[in-house]
Amino acid sequence: MLSDSSSARRWRVLAAVALGGALGSSLRYGVSLALPHADGGAVWPTLTVNVLGCLAIGAFTVFLEAGEPHHLLRPFLGVGVLGGFTTFSSYLADAGGLLAAGRPLYAALYLLLTVLLALPAVICGAMLARAVVARSRRSGPGAFSGNAHDTAPETTPGTESR
Amino acid sequence: MTLLLVALGGAAGAVLRYGIDRGVRPGPGSAFPRGTFTVNVVGSFLIALLVGGAAVFDGFGSSGLRTLLVVGLCGALTTFSTFGQDTVRLYTSGARSHAVRYVSGTVLGGVAAAGLGLGTVALFAQL
Repeated sequence: MLSDSSSARRWRVLAAVALGGALGSSLRYGVSLALPHADGGAVWPTLTVNVLGCLAIGAFTVFLEAGEPHHLLRPFLGVGVLGGFTTFSSYLADAGGLLAAGRPLYAALYLLLTVLLALPAVICGAMLARAVVARSRRSGPGAFSGNAHDTAPETTPGTESR
Repeated sequence: MTLLLVALGGAAGAVLRYGIDRGVRPGPGSAFPRGTFTVNVVGSFLIALLVGGAAVFDGFGSSGLRTLLVVGLCGALTTFSTFGQDTVRLYTSGARSHAVRYVSGTVLGGVAAAGLGLGTVALFAQL
């Protein structure tokens, strides 16, 4: 038994996931066009989106917990955009391509390298975001909370010293 | 046009991933990210089926259809960001062996599923 409002809420969440997924996938496709992928370089676009996406989700999770985000922000940005931007299937397909090209060692290295870069990227993203949150809290209460979406993780790292 | 197909497949893949994650979400007390594991393994099977099928069968769908399903649907159905986030969460919450098992289980499970997908293609190729 669903009340009207909770059913409407569910549809809004699904719409946010779909819109984010469309946007994240388009961005991933854009990266694949922008980076060289001929002549054995097929793995770079996927490696790039997966590491960047992990950096972003590490930061995003900290921002979500620090503020009082809109209830559609996580479905849109976390599930949709970042979920659609990063990919596990192309990661394996790239490794399969290397295997098919007679480079089994490269395939194994690529599988390992992505994990070894992506997991620290999550931690780096979280550390950068914590530094941003701490700074904004020092500069005044309420300066940050509720404005989690104003702080895009990619735009802040350069300004932060570790 | 290609971008539109990617976006369309991406929207469908993300909604499917969300639905599967909601459907297989573990009960309280279980930390294993069952939903993300499931979509990543299923997506690996699917992409092997699609890419393998295209390599073996001439004219296995148009290139537009493959863009829609491989880049869009499979790409967005599977995820690396949530996989990475969940792994780090498991690791930093003290469940280190869970984290190691989750990473190796997902990668090996995905490889096995992709092998199964290619095997299915090979089976059909002999018919």
